[in-house]
Amino acid sequence: MTMALLDVRNLRLYYQTTKGILKALDGVSFELEEGETLAVVGETGSGKSTLAKAITRVWERNVSLVDGEIYFEGEEVLHMPEDRFRREIRWRKIAMVPQASMNALNPVITIGEQMIEPLVLSGVPKGEALRLAQDSLESVGLPRDVVARYPHQLSGGMKQRVVIAMAVMTRPKLLILDEPTSALDVMTQANIMNLLKELKARLKLTYIFITHDLALASELADSVAVMYAGKLAEIGSSEDMYGAPAHPYTQGLMASMPTLRTDKQLAYIPGEVPSLIDPPRGCRFHPRCPYFAKDKALKGLCDDMEPPAFELKPWTGRRHLAACWLYK
Amino acid sequence: MSAEGMGIDLNPGSRGAMAAKMLDVSDAPWVRADSLVVAHRLRLWYSVKKGIFSKPIYVKAVDGVSLSVARGETLAVVGESGSGKTTLGRTLIRLLRPTGGDLIFDGRDVASSDESELRRWFRRRVSIVFQDPYSSLHPYHSIGFILEEPLIIHGVPKGERMERVYKALEEVKLTPPEDFVNKYPHMLSGGQRQRVAIARATILNPDFIVADEPVSMLDVSVRVEILTLLKEVQKRYNVAFLYITHDISTAKYFSDNIAIMYAGKLVEYGPFRSVVKEPAHPYTQALIEAIPDPDPKNRLRPRKVAPGEPPNLANPPSGCRFHPRCPFAMDKCRKEEPPMVEVRPGVYTACWLYK
Repeated sequence: MTMALLDVRNLRLYYQTTKGILKALDGVSFELEEGETLAVVGETGSGKSTLAKAITRVWERNVSLVDGEIYFEGEEVLHMPEDRFRREIRWRKIAMVPQASMNALNPVITIGEQMIEPLVLSGVPKGEALRLAQDSLESVGLPRDVVARYPHQLSGGMKQRVVIAMAVMTRPKLLILDEPTSALDVMTQANIMNLLKELKARLKLTYIFITHDLALASELADSVAVMYAGKLAEIGSSEDMYGAPAHPYTQGLMASMPTLRTDKQLAYIPGEVPSLIDPPRGCRFHPRCPYFAKDKALKGLCDDMEPPAFELKPWTGRRHLAACWLYK
Repeated sequence: MSAEGMGIDLNPGSRGAMAAKMLDVSDAPWVRADSLVVAHRLRLWYSVKKGIFSKPIYVKAVDGVSLSVARGETLAVVGESGSGKTTLGRTLIRLLRPTGGDLIFDGRDVASSDESELRRWFRRRVSIVFQDPYSSLHPYHSIGFILEEPLIIHGVPKGERMERVYKALEEVKLTPPEDFVNKYPHMLSGGQRQRVAIARATILNPDFIVADEPVSMLDVSVRVEILTLLKEVQKRYNVAFLYITHDISTAKYFSDNIAIMYAGKLVEYGPFRSVVKEPAHPYTQALIEAIPDPDPKNRLRPRKVAPGEPPNLANPPSGCRFHPRCPFAMDKCRKEEPPMVEVRPGVYTACWLYK
């Protein structure tokens, strides 16, 4: 069997807050093959952005615990010295398009200067770096002279292309996209998704695509991971996840999604995402779970013991796992 | 229709009731002149001056739009950012003063009324739910006060106010209400905040609510709840809604009619299902094609999208404003502006393909 490009094992990341320890990631494990696109889906506060921060090691300062292992190309990178991670991994092999980063472009510096800054700092001559930046802009469908422009001269879609160009400039293997289209119009969004599909094929990229929109995730995802309250609820190939969602939470998400072409009765999941400081005992979804509410036999199980990931029969090669007692 | 208008009208200078009778909308057959809200060739141009002595430039955000919304009915207004849909919504409830055209509310002309007159009768009958519940609620005001404020402004007696605040909270399912009145916006989730915004918009029992992208900032899983809530509010009070969105799939569960806007103009109008099922205008077609439905096969093919971006409204393209992005553009499209024509019963579109 080939080695996975990324292998995350029992990843935990806790934050220290004034109200107590916030368990943003609490034991997340998954594997990602080279060339695969994994969509990470969940509501606000499910820990999906924290997962991106943990893999690139750019967490906030109030972090109180980072634990588990992340193997990238077979090498453990989570506990590697920061200096080495910065020089060898971050941005060179694992790049990220952070959430809303198009609004973080510096308004008083030209696009070109912002793009080449990391390259120049790592010793690439300025002229060479500028040429790389122009190549990169061209590869995301922007004219080369964008390097001389300022962010306010660009539209939202163009700014989003710029931050994608910045991320692929150093030819990374793994690109993490955190809600790359959340502030964009539907047509601009479709354009960006087309660009991401094309870049993936051309540059042989592996994506982790973070979104709260399952319909949008299907535009890119080979496999889907659903997160809930800092844990993986379910993971499997797109065919399994859209065709036969197993976890009650995944089923709820699917049912709540407005669709344009098919007629279906919309339903929603009652209640709110639980506090990550004091999460519910047992399965974290049980207070909102329709199966738990209906079936008396589940009392004392779901609200007491945490479900491990149960293996389901997959359609395709990828393992289909669901952390739910229904499948024990 | 003008009886009520005549009865309460205290301002002898108002031309209100008379104007409605005479408003001729025969050039826009999709407009029903007896609706609660009627806009006819409505225009809102922003004037921008580059320098003190230079001639002003006009940004034509809303350029000759005609539409109507009846009681208990929802009109979805769909378009990209910069299409003028938000400006249209704000003009209809007179947060902006139209620079041309007619605007009739409940049979009375409100296009040119001044603020003091609007405050006398109009303001309490219209309201708005904004897009972003994180910035539309005052962070230093408690939920109780946020809901009480419109009651104070419109002179509801003190003894009655708290009861109405509690009732409003219950109606948007923020229960028990006593848990919420003393909270502040930052203590609530996005969905709960948007419920507060809806409670605020409905507390004076308005007849017309503009909902400007009310769910686009919320998680997909919360959107359905908010849409269901808006629908309930509509049923209970027979409210007319203008639902502004760039995502047709959320409008589907809520709308009777749809108006597609592009670059300040109406390009298609009709019953919602009919338009979505068989869109006539190339822009509507592109807009619908851009929306993904969940399907694992999506990843295997690129999506067809119109290239480019909406034009600059200060200097829109000649002829049909969509022609630079349109796959069917002909010579005529570049030169002449297409009129709205009926392509099917009830469906109107402005495109030379149908002439």
